[in-house]
Amino acid sequence: MSQPAMINRYRWYELVGIYAGIFVFLTFILAPFVEGFLVSLKPLALLFSSPYRFWPENGSFEAYRTMWVSVPGFARYIFNSFFISTIVTAVVLVLVVPSAYAFARFTFRGSGALLAAFLAVNMFSGAVLLIPLFRLMRSFGVLNTYFAMIVPGVAFLIPSAIWLLRTYMMRIPRELDEAAFVDGASHFYTLRRVILPIAMPGITVVAITTFIGSYAQQFIFALTFNSKSEYMPLPIGLYAYFGRQEVVWNELMAASFVGIAPAVVLIFLMQRYLVAGLTAGAVKQ
Amino acid sequence: MSVRRSTVIFAWLLLLPAVLYVTVIVAYPLVDTFILSFTDASLKKTTNWVGTANYEKIFNGTFAQVIIRTFVWTAFSVAIKMIIGTFGAVMLNAAVPGRALFRVLTMPPWIVPMAIGIFMWGWMYNGQFGMISGMLQNLGLVDGPVAFLAHGSTAFWATIITDVWIGVPLVTLYLLASMQAIPQDLYEAAWTDGAGRFYRFRRITLPLLVPAMITMSMLSLIATFNSFDIIWILTQGGPNGDTTTMIIDTYRTAIGSKKYGEGAARAVLICIFLSIFCIAYFRVTHRLASGESR
Repeated sequence: MSQPAMINRYRWYELVGIYAGIFVFLTFILAPFVEGFLVSLKPLALLFSSPYRFWPENGSFEAYRTMWVSVPGFARYIFNSFFISTIVTAVVLVLVVPSAYAFARFTFRGSGALLAAFLAVNMFSGAVLLIPLFRLMRSFGVLNTYFAMIVPGVAFLIPSAIWLLRTYMMRIPRELDEAAFVDGASHFYTLRRVILPIAMPGITVVAITTFIGSYAQQFIFALTFNSKSEYMPLPIGLYAYFGRQEVVWNELMAASFVGIAPAVVLIFLMQRYLVAGLTAGAVKQ
Repeated sequence: MSVRRSTVIFAWLLLLPAVLYVTVIVAYPLVDTFILSFTDASLKKTTNWVGTANYEKIFNGTFAQVIIRTFVWTAFSVAIKMIIGTFGAVMLNAAVPGRALFRVLTMPPWIVPMAIGIFMWGWMYNGQFGMISGMLQNLGLVDGPVAFLAHGSTAFWATIITDVWIGVPLVTLYLLASMQAIPQDLYEAAWTDGAGRFYRFRRITLPLLVPAMITMSMLSLIATFNSFDIIWILTQGGPNGDTTTMIIDTYRTAIGSKKYGEGAARAVLICIFLSIFCIAYFRVTHRLASGESR
């Protein structure tokens, strides 16, 4: 047997320890989802009864039907979330691909400082700058439109996208650019015909992480800059299940799962890219 | 010479759109915040200069307490994230069947929109009918229902735990990736010399993981300091302001009460703290990077 296999062979008590550790760890990570799912199956009467029962006796998928009735606009919220995230991702890519290439390939006076300045933007969340952003959005006249959530959203996702893509592009051999250049290709042609096709996997990673980031950050901008229900994204739209008397928890949870299902499926299919993005952007600095 | 010059111009053209965008949406608001903090800006039509009055008000009020609370909240959250994240990474790094699946199962809190995870925690913390209170009662550990979000001390920890939950996947996956980047021959050499598993972990894995742990805890510090959604959805800073951090207080003042000037002064303070963290982060990562190349 080869060495790596021998070195990785565990004794039985080590295996028990590892699996027990993983079990405890994953219980913490997944408990809210398990509980959330069971809640979505329980009738309200069972939810609001003591003592607490973990298992949904006579549970049903009824809430997954009634959620569409109690909040008729729910499909719209899911659409809005996807729409906003898609536009944000597209705009970020358009802005970031050329910049990342510039940072990866050219050093000129001030390029280091500029890169640092971009990274510093990463440190400020939208929450700190809400007041001037609110005034800015008002003077642009975009409050209560999609733009109120898209415009600030893009800015805070640019820095990490640049960093990630720059790291990726730096790994593309310089000889490729030089060869194209010697053959008489312009800078722009080199970027478009030589670099872009090779950088496609990196761009995919950036697109996915940006999409997730945009999905996550919608809450605060939507909460502050938009009050029109037809533009509300999913996280804010879920507040519709908070009734005057009580929260309709089973429908809220059902709606949460329906709302995240498309994104989760997409992301699980692409999880290899996710880990790749994390490793490229973070570890190999 | 002319080629070089055209190259520089080309580079700037590539950068221009992103630079302009970030200038308008981030840099300008930063400056605007600073200016606003010296005014009494509100919904009124007129705005007057008030000098440092907003800052004086802050320090005469309860804000000092809010600052301390923010630091305590952040420190606990980051520390717990790092501990659980390191534990998770070590466990997931073990070459056991199913590890690929376990790694995927770590991701949901990070991937799912934050608000949704927070709503789920909100239900679990529910005193009357929630899971945690219910389980504790069923096990006989507590006598009556515990409404975690209704009391200051439990709400404080409840918001920390939820913040930890959202942050742990990233810490875990990052540290896991760093562990897997450690050259395998180091382990094989140690193994050949008869070093046991725990010895190899202590003498190879841990020392080589320290840079990644430092980087991650600083990134996590900055993210946690900025945390808004979790506290806002769970408690809105209550009860009695016991979970009010600087960000929450700023939001309440500026957006809730429409006191833009006073809110801006708070935001300026946050920016100062963040800048300090940011400089520390750059210095530390720079030192780590130069240490590696030596």
